[in-house]
Amino acid sequence: MELIGLINYWIVIVLMMTGFYIVIAHDNLVKKIVGLNIFQVSVFVFYITMAKVKGGTAPILAEGITTYSNPLPHVLILTAIVVGVATTALGLALVVRIRDAYGTIEDNDFENQDGEP
Amino acid sequence: MGFMAVIGFAVARLRNLFAVVMLTGLFSLTAAVLYVILDAVDVAFTEAAVGAGISTVLMLGTLALTSSEERVEKSGGSKWALVLVVVTGCVLVYGTLDMPPFGDPTAAIHHHVAPYYLEKSGQEIGLPNVVTSVLASYRGYDTLGEVFVIFTAAIGVLLIIGRPQFGRRRSHRMLVGELHESMRTNVILRVGSKLLIPVILLFALYVQWHGDFGPGGGFQAGVIFASGFILYALIFDIDTARTMIPARTTRLFLVFGVLLYTGVGVAGLFLGGNFLDYSVLAANPVSGQHLGILLVEFGVGLTVAAAMISIFFTFAHQEH
Repeated sequence: MELIGLINYWIVIVLMMTGFYIVIAHDNLVKKIVGLNIFQVSVFVFYITMAKVKGGTAPILAEGITTYSNPLPHVLILTAIVVGVATTALGLALVVRIRDAYGTIEDNDFENQDGEP
Repeated sequence: MGFMAVIGFAVARLRNLFAVVMLTGLFSLTAAVLYVILDAVDVAFTEAAVGAGISTVLMLGTLALTSSEERVEKSGGSKWALVLVVVTGCVLVYGTLDMPPFGDPTAAIHHHVAPYYLEKSGQEIGLPNVVTSVLASYRGYDTLGEVFVIFTAAIGVLLIIGRPQFGRRRSHRMLVGELHESMRTNVILRVGSKLLIPVILLFALYVQWHGDFGPGGGFQAGVIFASGFILYALIFDIDTARTMIPARTTRLFLVFGVLLYTGVGVAGLFLGGNFLDYSVLAANPVSGQHLGILLVEFGVGLTVAAAMISIFFTFAHQEH
């Protein structure tokens, strides 16, 4: 019974490790950014999971409701999502720029090009 | 959640980047559904608008500018990467054994400031949506910081690939490339989006001003507003969309939103309170809070919308 309560955290970890694997094992830069996104979403899910209270409801005050889920992680993640897309855009802009300069978005290719000027 | 894990694995295996991007959109949508189940309606709102909408469009834009196929190669490093990932995962699972079980009301996270927010914000701020109260008032500093991050990221994108110094008219190739031609001539898309866009913009305004009472607020409204414009630019003509809301205007709004937020904080200082203390803005502390939150959320909305629109147009205006 105790372990069932932890299964959400484990799925978060699986997601996080999937993202981590994509980031370190793939050479394609767009794929790396997708990996970072998955990693990011896993952290979001982790926070939101912690905020949930059994029997609680969404933290919008109303008559006759006494149990609410924790609003603080919601605030943190809400802003983090929008910041996340802004930083993703910045990363993608760098990818486009790299493609302009080197003609490729594969990690190994432009490292080789740097080696032989 | 299992569904999310499956999509994650699919993303890791697929080589076609186009499919990967589509799956990422699906992944975000699933995440949004999960947030609703976990009572985080504001967060779900944001995730659905951002993850499934804007970031997919941006990724597609990058693919159109680069290549949509990942090169397949056998690299010796990936076995070690797998080992490293599995080991890290095991360590993290070991760490979770000390975590409180899911939904436990006695967990440490629910016993610090959160009960205070839930009990007092009704009287101190007077808004039903606790998330908005915490976002704009109690944690106003954090949110100000986040807005500045978005601002900086937008400026960064403009600096890296914006290149506004080239005065000559570039060949404005649309980012989705050939797809775009068929989209432009498709009657259903054109008529449908004509009907939808006003509703989207109206909905964004509703989300903006009603965020104090229901789920919503500046962040979500900004993103929805931007997606209305992006839809127009995708289906009709990017140049027309650009003349409707020129680069100068978006940049102006970008700065103005940040200034409005900071200005409200400074106004509090002049009226004898602390920075970002809205209670002094009006005769009655509660209505002061209302005014402050409304203005601050408006600033957030402006900056987010302007940042998203200018980032999108910067990507769209690249030469293919």
